[in-house]
Amino acid sequence: MDFSTILQILDSAVRFSTPLLIACLAGLWSERAGIFDIGLEGKMLMGAFAAGAFSALATLPVYDGGWGWETGGMWVGMVAAIVASVLLALIHGFASITLRGNQLISGVAINFFAAGITVLIGASWFRQGGDTPQLPTGGRFRPIELPFSETFANVPIFGPIYQNLISGHNLIIYFGFFAVLATYWILFRTRYGLRLRAVGENPGAVDTAGISVIKLRYSAIIITGILCGIAGAYLSLGTSAPGFGRDMTAGRGFIALAALIFAKWKPVPAMWACLLFGLLEAIATKYQSIDLGFMILPGQFMQALPYIMTVVILAGFVGKAIPPKAGGEPYVKER
Amino acid sequence: MTLTENPGQPNAAAPTPPAIELMGISKAFGPVQANKDITMTVAKGAIHGIVGENGAGKSTLMSILYGFYKADSGHVKINGIDTEITDSHAAIAAGIGMVHQHFMLVDTFTVLENVILGAEDGPMLKPSLAKARQELKRLAEEYELDVDPDAIVGEISVGFQQRVEILKALYRQAEILILDEPTGVLTPAEADHLFRILKNLKEQGKTIVLITHKLREIMDVTDTVSVMRRGEMTATIETATTSPSKLAEAMVGRSVIMEVEKSPATVGETVMEIKNLVVKDGQGVERLKNISFSLKRGEVLGIAGVAGNGQTELLEVLGGIRPATSGEVIMKGESIDLTTKADAQERRHRGIGHVPEDRHARGLVMPFQTWENTAFGYHNEPEFSKKFGMANQKAMFEDAQGKMERFDIRPPLPKLVASSFSGGNQQKIVLAREIERNPDVLLIGQPTRGVDIGAIEFIHQQIVKLRDAGKAILLISVELDEIQALSDRILVMFDGIIQGERLPENTDKNELGLLMAGVDPETDT
Repeated sequence: MDFSTILQILDSAVRFSTPLLIACLAGLWSERAGIFDIGLEGKMLMGAFAAGAFSALATLPVYDGGWGWETGGMWVGMVAAIVASVLLALIHGFASITLRGNQLISGVAINFFAAGITVLIGASWFRQGGDTPQLPTGGRFRPIELPFSETFANVPIFGPIYQNLISGHNLIIYFGFFAVLATYWILFRTRYGLRLRAVGENPGAVDTAGISVIKLRYSAIIITGILCGIAGAYLSLGTSAPGFGRDMTAGRGFIALAALIFAKWKPVPAMWACLLFGLLEAIATKYQSIDLGFMILPGQFMQALPYIMTVVILAGFVGKAIPPKAGGEPYVKER
Repeated sequence: MTLTENPGQPNAAAPTPPAIELMGISKAFGPVQANKDITMTVAKGAIHGIVGENGAGKSTLMSILYGFYKADSGHVKINGIDTEITDSHAAIAAGIGMVHQHFMLVDTFTVLENVILGAEDGPMLKPSLAKARQELKRLAEEYELDVDPDAIVGEISVGFQQRVEILKALYRQAEILILDEPTGVLTPAEADHLFRILKNLKEQGKTIVLITHKLREIMDVTDTVSVMRRGEMTATIETATTSPSKLAEAMVGRSVIMEVEKSPATVGETVMEIKNLVVKDGQGVERLKNISFSLKRGEVLGIAGVAGNGQTELLEVLGGIRPATSGEVIMKGESIDLTTKADAQERRHRGIGHVPEDRHARGLVMPFQTWENTAFGYHNEPEFSKKFGMANQKAMFEDAQGKMERFDIRPPLPKLVASSFSGGNQQKIVLAREIERNPDVLLIGQPTRGVDIGAIEFIHQQIVKLRDAGKAILLISVELDEIQALSDRILVMFDGIIQGERLPENTDKNELGLLMAGVDPETDT
């Protein structure tokens, strides 16, 4: 395996890991505030659909019922994705914060709802069996060439790394890594972060300190919604095959949840966990089967690997992960 | 909201208004009236005690003052100024701090982070943390409140955690500090340290409200004391003018004298022997400290005491719900398994029936029907079972019908769910289940708590009947009248030990009250 192949694999690992990473951070915000969110998958799917549908709407020619935009359609899609995902997040919040319902059931309901409604609306609007049309260039996020990538091209080692791995991704990918730092900084360096972490550990302490538990939890839920929307938008606006396809999240919301547990609810480890999952996916895509010398791993095995790892992590085989203590419990003042 | 200019320096010209005035505070939780029209005044710079049994409404009252609950009626004055305490934020602004019984701390945070939570100076943490570090150093010197500011709260001892709670309040410049059962989790040395801190705070002009059910603490540190009983405030007295026995009497109260018709006991051989029983709770505090006694056939052994002095733990260990730390229990010559492996069903097989103190949580499954409830604990017995592990529901149902008739449970409908019965009838369901199994030993906790007068009489008769049938009965009750009326022998528990043993005919309420307060009056010998 030569250097350029490795770079190629790493490059696609970054791309595969981005939706996982953003969804994983979404889950981190919610769970750090004490709300379990099994509905990441549903919110992502909803976001992906809204992004695909509205970007298509903006860029379709006027005679096809669209707005006929040449450029900028992806921003319409992005806003739609965030709005749709936040709405679902608020439903989850209403059920689990205000009504003190079961957070798992609410999350499952959101997943089912999203899986059904996206196909229903998609089929009705675009008549392509639930998919949205292929998006033109003006309706998606394009790779960005960072400055100096030509200048560095001839520098050994660093040049190709800069050109292929660091430069040449779209905006959402850069946002994902920025979000890791932002999440870390807000959670651990600001007053809001301190309160948010406290509400996930012991809401009673927050309440007796004179801070509203409900407002804090809603704010976290909304951030989760925004991030899930962006993660979904990446799937339909940021990949090489733009447009929404039914069930296109393909369990990524659950993989993100596994990565979150693997990372013990910490932002930077979450990034590494998601990169690992991305790497597995990249390898599976690159090689149909892998010859280990004494046996050949079939391609199907490689494709299943991220899901197998999810099961292994969720079953608790990677050391004890202690979730935020108040997670899953609605806050009721003790009697 | 306004605080006096110089806390701790009473204004000589004008009389200082009291720090706290509660007027006509009432609060109900559903049908339970936790506080009934309570009026209380606490002078500035005083240590004021509130005593009462568990469930008397002390914590509720203070939670209202701290804005954690909203009172149904009544109003509050702080330093003579009408103050509406809508939430904890308003309470903090009014200079009130509270150390809750169950600490309100974030275990994964450092001491420093816990202290600033909710009292940060700005959106960034760094300056707040730096300021708090300085402030903690000052408070530590001033009040003997040393805590490592960088320690993780979940990793320090409860004594230190409590200091963090006090520091939290002081950091928020509380002038009034409420402590809810502060010594329940402390070792005696830690408790002494706490009281030194409280006296220090008092010298600095802070007002302190101490909620406790331990009378010795009240006598040691308070200036004035209020007694609460069943949601009402029965007395407010200067501590110097009262005594532990008077307080105990006021706490337990004198209800209607209960007369139970019974013949002298014919006491048989020892059926259960408890030797050197020790029980520690989850926090390592000894709840039972080396308890030994024996229980004989044909007697009612009453255990008196203010609630929370180890009676519950004793009942649960014997009933197989809670493991013992050490010690031995011998039942009919055989040792009983006191480890976590034991369970209540195994106890029942050995002939130990158990009527738990809390019938809602432990005695019944409230949403289940009566015929199910009367079979629980015995549902695996042959007469309630069919082949292949199936339940014989018909037998259970008929059994329930019989029990309801014999115990006069009204309405006599086995299909009614337990929660639709009155307290007295619920208790009869539990009693019917346990008594009709004919146990050699019956453990009964608070048999008539929340039970109407008519049912009380019936329940007492049943207990005496069982005794006359040669069974041993261990009766635990916080109602002194009940203990005196039913018991053939009385043990008084205080702070996890047996403070004394008396025969009902040779003692009176005064003496028992002293024992319950941990005072040992001269013994006869």
